[in-house]
Amino acid sequence: MSAISPIQASEETAQQSSGGFTLPLDPLLTLAAIGLGICSVLTIGPATRHNETGSPTYYVEHQAIYLVLGLVVMAALSRLDYGWLRQFKVWIYGALIVIMLAVFAIGTHVGESVRSISLPLFSFQSSELGKTLLIVFLAAFMVDRSRKLRDRETTALVVALAIVPTMLVVLEPDIGDSLVYIAITAAVLFVAGVPWRQLAALALLGVVGVTLVIVVAPALGVHVLKKEQMERLTSFLHPTHNVESSAFQQVQSEIAIGSGRQSGLPHPGSAVYGFVPENESDFIFTSLGVEHGFVGAALVLSLYALMIWRGLRILTMAKDLFGSLIAAGVVGMLMCQVFVNVGVATGITPDTGITLPLMSYGGSSVITTMIAIGLLQSIYVRARSSEALKGRVLRW
Amino acid sequence: MSLDPLQKPESRAPVSPQIALRVAALGTLALVMFGIIFFRLWYLQILTGEHYVAQQAAQRERPLPIAAPRGQILARGGQVLVSSKTTNDVQIIPSQLPPGLEGQLTKYKEALEAAEKKTLDYRAQLKDFQGAHPHVKRLAPSSRRQLRLLQREANALPHVRVAPLPASDGRLRSLFRRLGALLHIKPRAIDEEVVRSVDATSYAPVTIDTATGPGPRTVLGERQGEFPGVVQRPVDTTAYPFKEMAAQIFGHVGPVSEPELKQKKGPYKGMQAGTIVGQNGLEYYYDKYLQGTPGKERIQVNASGEPLPSTLAPLAPKPGFNLQTTIDLPLQKAGETALRGEIKIANETGRPADGGAFVVLDPVNGEVLAMASYPSYNPEVFTKPISEAEYERLFPSGIPSSGGQPLLNRAVEDGYATGSAFKPITSIGALEAGVITPTETFGAGKCLDYHGQPYCNAAYMEFGNVALAQALEVSSDTYFYTVGMRANAYGPVIQRMAHRLGIGRETGIDLPSELEGVIPDKEWLEGLVEKERKCTRKEHKPCGYIFEPNAIWTTGDNMNLAVGQGYLLTSPLQMAVAWSAEVNAYRTGGEATVPTPHLGKQIDEPNGALWQALKFPPRRRFHLNPEYLHYIFEGIHDGTVGPGGTSTNVWVGWNEEKYPTYGKTGTAERVGQLEQAWYMCFLQSASGQRPIVIAVTVEQGGYGDQAAAPVARALAQQYYHQPKAKLIAGQAIP
Repeated sequence: MSAISPIQASEETAQQSSGGFTLPLDPLLTLAAIGLGICSVLTIGPATRHNETGSPTYYVEHQAIYLVLGLVVMAALSRLDYGWLRQFKVWIYGALIVIMLAVFAIGTHVGESVRSISLPLFSFQSSELGKTLLIVFLAAFMVDRSRKLRDRETTALVVALAIVPTMLVVLEPDIGDSLVYIAITAAVLFVAGVPWRQLAALALLGVVGVTLVIVVAPALGVHVLKKEQMERLTSFLHPTHNVESSAFQQVQSEIAIGSGRQSGLPHPGSAVYGFVPENESDFIFTSLGVEHGFVGAALVLSLYALMIWRGLRILTMAKDLFGSLIAAGVVGMLMCQVFVNVGVATGITPDTGITLPLMSYGGSSVITTMIAIGLLQSIYVRARSSEALKGRVLRW
Repeated sequence: MSLDPLQKPESRAPVSPQIALRVAALGTLALVMFGIIFFRLWYLQILTGEHYVAQQAAQRERPLPIAAPRGQILARGGQVLVSSKTTNDVQIIPSQLPPGLEGQLTKYKEALEAAEKKTLDYRAQLKDFQGAHPHVKRLAPSSRRQLRLLQREANALPHVRVAPLPASDGRLRSLFRRLGALLHIKPRAIDEEVVRSVDATSYAPVTIDTATGPGPRTVLGERQGEFPGVVQRPVDTTAYPFKEMAAQIFGHVGPVSEPELKQKKGPYKGMQAGTIVGQNGLEYYYDKYLQGTPGKERIQVNASGEPLPSTLAPLAPKPGFNLQTTIDLPLQKAGETALRGEIKIANETGRPADGGAFVVLDPVNGEVLAMASYPSYNPEVFTKPISEAEYERLFPSGIPSSGGQPLLNRAVEDGYATGSAFKPITSIGALEAGVITPTETFGAGKCLDYHGQPYCNAAYMEFGNVALAQALEVSSDTYFYTVGMRANAYGPVIQRMAHRLGIGRETGIDLPSELEGVIPDKEWLEGLVEKERKCTRKEHKPCGYIFEPNAIWTTGDNMNLAVGQGYLLTSPLQMAVAWSAEVNAYRTGGEATVPTPHLGKQIDEPNGALWQALKFPPRRRFHLNPEYLHYIFEGIHDGTVGPGGTSTNVWVGWNEEKYPTYGKTGTAERVGQLEQAWYMCFLQSASGQRPIVIAVTVEQGGYGDQAAAPVARALAQQYYHQPKAKLIAGQAIP
């Protein structure tokens, strides 16, 4: 990994120049997380000024609280030895299934879908927290079978175990998050070294499955997906000006982003936002594009790039396979969410309803992402401390 | 800087090259994804951002037009005939109303769709009809009526009733009820208006009342809370200070119609729905000047089209130009009073006069000094929501054979036979063609027997053999029947002259619709018969181009034309123009100038300054023998002063030295009705100054001197400031 070392060198130079003191966290990853948090608050502010009559700062205040809470969680997790989690893998999987089922049992119905459980202080979205649980579980499971990583059986088992929560998410229905689950699984399998042939077979299976669900099944009169979901996925192909259709929303999102130009509209006002739904959550990137233009959007994308690069870096420097696989899962999650969410907002992918990590308004999403980043921090810290124990750079 | 860290080994087994490759692959994938996103953003925001800014602005801004004050229509000299006045509108903002409108709206939309389908059916029928009958002007009256019916149905906006509000929507019902009671409008009418308007433009406020008095205004202002969604706004409306006077000339205004808006070309292109435009008359003809440029209230809306608080400054409207007409206001007033008075007298004396018109033309320059049509209407009814009863009165469903139809400008748009008022035209035609000489005498007897068919003088009078001038003075039908009989051998000589003078062709007046008319001859009749024959063969039933499918042009037809009867179809305006041409020839020693009659004099700026003078060059010029004219004008002069003159009784007491009169009565026979009275006359000062030509007609008015000529005298009195005379009407001299 010495190929990427110059960065590492400069980073450590910085650490050394500050009097030999080393940071307890990955500085660039932390910087990216805090930077995105600030961008989130700055974007949500104007975007939601007109949403809640009477309290224009409702959304900003709450998001700020979630972010601070998330940072605390991240810092706490960085202190935890992630290796300790391995022993609980069965419990983690159990918890994952239970919270998914709990949604169906006691969740709040919003229209046709049920995605969250109302708790006294906030509403808890299982599929969000489930992402981190799935990452940790899959990593632990793979590590347990580290001698048989290239076995077909291992791959099959992982896929089988992952598909259960994924299908539960599909049933909520939440197509967007189920995509994230698939991305996490794929990333863990990929980095664990599953042979290309098996990966190809899985990909083929996936394509066949999707074809069956979207094309063949409806033709035979079996509707696996609800009508609304089908429309969301297929209307992308033929955008109309039906206000209700999600393709229309995407067109509106494109118009809004385009009108932000280089540096954004000074006062976009509710007139712009009226056309874009969920401009504080799933379409936060649209708000960003309107308010801060290409400059703002590029800055935020750079922070994501930084975060993903740090994830990949931590993946390679992790002291053990468990850490590497957790990092792989986190990177897969982040990549999937960023690309699909921004793709939806800019009209290059179908509207699937997915949050933009740390930017989108919502406690579950923010805290889940912070947990994932906390895990990365933990892996980083363990890697550094093990190096330090061996008399290497880090001395803390 | 220590290079030490660079060489550090990993704590665990170093990452295998295979895994390193995978991580690199993952990194590459991330790189590609970010590349795609960056490129997309670059494309959206930098390359095409301009386009999106425009699109964004366009879709959130709904320009709500602020009506521009329409230009005023002025009399010559500047008196305001049609004004633009500011009134207080009561408007309803649909989005602020209590719930209940949605259900009604849905039902209404469904009904409207069905009605539109029906209109399309009518359009198809009309197309078929027009395909089968390409020449409208040669249609027989019955077919013409059918055509008009089809045209009306095909062009009518689908009229659909709004279903009543269900009792469950009590708050909305109660609001409409209270508002209705306050403004004296039926709650149902308010409801209907709101539904129709919301259907058309969901974001626009609905105007409910345009002339709210101070009482209701105060109530609405003070009790805002009790009338949610009801607001007041000052607006400009068109006002008609002289009410029914010259209504058909001005025409009325109203919102631009659906078919007009759909036109790809013309004055309505790009116009906002609901814009007030001239619907007919001068308001229509000069609409582009009177229109003005509407201002814009820039309303911002969200995705559902609901208005949002807006900070955009409104653009002020630009008022329209004023149109100064050639109308002489006192003359117009005096003429209308006289026409109404004569019709009233006729009705009181047992004549069912039910329609009339007059035109006063300056023969030299074609200026229409006064023009009217009876019955009339007050165009103000169109400035506010119109009740169905009123609508039915103005646009009756059936087409009566006479009377009614206040929207019809009888002076310009309706065609009649003229009776003897046509004789000066016959005379010049026959003289120029050499059919007769001015001095030869003929025409004795009460009746002229032609192939066993008697052609008689009115009231079987006997005038003996007379020369042209005397024939005109006493209006000898037997004389002119003879002229028509002789002329037939020369071909359509009377017709050709009449056509040159302006009969049976459009005059070019600055009004949107005028009658072309018919000047019948052999060729015309044969064409019609041929067409009827072809059509009947195709349709296996009479097509109605002509009553008698085997009609042939006879000398009798020519004889009828010579006395202004038969197939002749002309308007008072055409008669005035034809007379003007003869008058011009008489005044200038043979130079017959056919003027272009016109009502527009000049376009003024809103502040009154002249902006553009309107020019109407004469239609044609040709030469007539001044000697012939001398005899004709001697005849029609004697008609007003001579002992046997048909209108001598009307001009009793007139200052003949100062303002010599030349006039001809006409009594057109109409099947199954009392005769239509006509009077044509020409006056000027003894020195040849201030010439005018007057045409008057009264449907079912009786003899020409009875209902029509007194109106002409009243007009002349006003024009030359002569003392008023008590007219003796009803003396049965034809």
